[in-house]
Amino acid sequence: MPERIIVPFGPQHPVLPEPIHVDLVLEDEKVVEAIPSIGYIHRGLEQLVQKREYTEYVYVAERICGICSFIHALCYSQGIEHIMGVEVPDRARYLRTIWSECSRLHSHLLWLGLFADSMGFENLFMRSWQLRESVLDVLEDTTGGRVIQGTCKVGGVRRDIGQEKLDEMHRALDPFEQNCRDLGDVFLNDDTVKYRLQGLGVITKDEAYDLGAAGPTARGSGVAMDHRETGYAAYGDLGFKPVVETAGDCYARCAVRVKEVYASIDLIRRAIEEMPGGPIDVKVKGTPDGEYFSRAEQPRGEVVHYLKGDGSKHLARARIRTPTLANIPPLVKMLPGAQLADVPVVVLSIDPCISCTER
Amino acid sequence: MTVKEEQTIIDVALENLTSEVERVHADGYRLVQIGCTDIDGSYEVNYSFDKGYQFKNLRLTIGPETEVPSISGIYWGAFVYENEMHDLFGIPVTGINIDFKGTFIKTAEKYPFSVTRAGGDRCRNV
Amino acid sequence: MAFLKRSPWILHYDASSCNGCDIEVLACLTPLYDVERFGIINTGNPKHADILLITGGINAQNREVVENIYEQIPEPKVVVAVGACAATGGVFRECYNIVGGIDKVIPVDVYVPGCAARPEQIIDGVVTALSILEEKRAKMTGAARIKEDARHAEQAGEST
Repeated sequence: MPERIIVPFGPQHPVLPEPIHVDLVLEDEKVVEAIPSIGYIHRGLEQLVQKREYTEYVYVAERICGICSFIHALCYSQGIEHIMGVEVPDRARYLRTIWSECSRLHSHLLWLGLFADSMGFENLFMRSWQLRESVLDVLEDTTGGRVIQGTCKVGGVRRDIGQEKLDEMHRALDPFEQNCRDLGDVFLNDDTVKYRLQGLGVITKDEAYDLGAAGPTARGSGVAMDHRETGYAAYGDLGFKPVVETAGDCYARCAVRVKEVYASIDLIRRAIEEMPGGPIDVKVKGTPDGEYFSRAEQPRGEVVHYLKGDGSKHLARARIRTPTLANIPPLVKMLPGAQLADVPVVVLSIDPCISCTER
Repeated sequence: MTVKEEQTIIDVALENLTSEVERVHADGYRLVQIGCTDIDGSYEVNYSFDKGYQFKNLRLTIGPETEVPSISGIYWGAFVYENEMHDLFGIPVTGINIDFKGTFIKTAEKYPFSVTRAGGDRCRNV
Repeated sequence: MAFLKRSPWILHYDASSCNGCDIEVLACLTPLYDVERFGIINTGNPKHADILLITGGINAQNREVVENIYEQIPEPKVVVAVGACAATGGVFRECYNIVGGIDKVIPVDVYVPGCAARPEQIIDGVVTALSILEEKRAKMTGAARIKEDARHAEQAGEST
């Protein structure tokens, strides 16, 4: 029997901009056990809820993570709106959908780039990030911020998108989609990519469900679960079907994200076409009194904001369960059996977002 | 097709926790999260489950320093939440499958959310 | 040492940032901003670096890591704090686990404002850092020359 050695992975590892630490127990080159530890960027922002008014906390929620920013703000706002019984105007719901899908686009393109980098495919990394910049341009043009938007608020949105800009966005979608399809074609059909990813880090459908996997990690294993199906924001009007792959390996998780890029473009197109008129926000009066588990679908999976108000302007408790936290148990199950050289690819395949995880 | 989301909250007693969670597991629910809230000197622990967007919550109310049995024997992935519960709230959880013994999330202040922590103020600027 | 001026190597460390500034730092490396055309290279090894680029505030866990990295970078070195959190702790300054800005632990030369800082601002911060790096280098060589001259004078005194 080969000797067992422990190799520490991280916290500073070139493949990830963020610190995560995993102790890998190896037998020769093969991983037999993986023990994660986190805490390098724990800030403790759940407690800030007691120092900020419930309307101001939207900005803190948005800064839980710079990649999933808009959807954090959206999920928090929807929770407060549910507790207070606020009905958001139609136009605001559609605008929220457009911005949510833009964040998903930029997040997925970012991930595809980093994933390509972890495979050593530098060219594909640069191509993905180049495409991502055009999404960021739209976000900057419509909200003023590239990664932190600050447009979502309790009761609606802060800015409108003019008809002229909407038309311009609509016209830009076709060439953008063509570029995305060319890029996606490499991820889905290139032999070197397939060779590197297929059969790597497999978890079965039952395992994924039982371990509580979220988002593309679950959908890559055939669990058809996407919170957009519950029809929050304008997803109910637009109609939505989750993207599902069944192989459960790194390739399947990658394929889910590539196809979600196409789905997001389609959703933005239809949201622009069906954009209703009217106001973009309603005045919110009073203070939240009650509790709600607000859920939304982030690029990385389902996020839960548990909000509890006690009738004062400060919430009593906000508890945020982010998708990466839920995806850590599946990751721990995926790693055993992989070669040491494949560990970065497997870790990245769950799209880890550490600042979300540690809050 | 849009699925309507429903949320139910069921109170459970400490001694029934494991059997209730086992029943939920047998019904085919997945674990969404475990979260705590402090309510005037005691803790409210929410065990959240989901099946087809139907959200089910088992709510346990316990005093400080009460030992809670781990459910990681039923839901393997529960260890992340249970370690978090221990590290942030100081709730002792017994029998976790991967027990980090207080090193999962390291904080400057020990058990920052604990109801019995030094000073005991809620840091509010009301 | 004049070659340093045009090709600084950067070490990026994520202290406790929300990721916003980090991805903007990464965006600087990709085709639209492409800082590599200036000879700026992102390195993972502190002993190779000239400029330390830090995003996010200091927390209990990473305090020693930041000090350690700073110690390992050879002189002359410049520290650039990117974003509001790195300057003061930003929106998180009241969190229990946040100590404050980077300057609580190590000396900072350039502060890049913004939440999140834009790539243009980050590049601007690095360019500002370049001139500070040059000043520090000049001071170091000046000090070395004075020392050298003194040694020569001493040797001359001994031989007579």
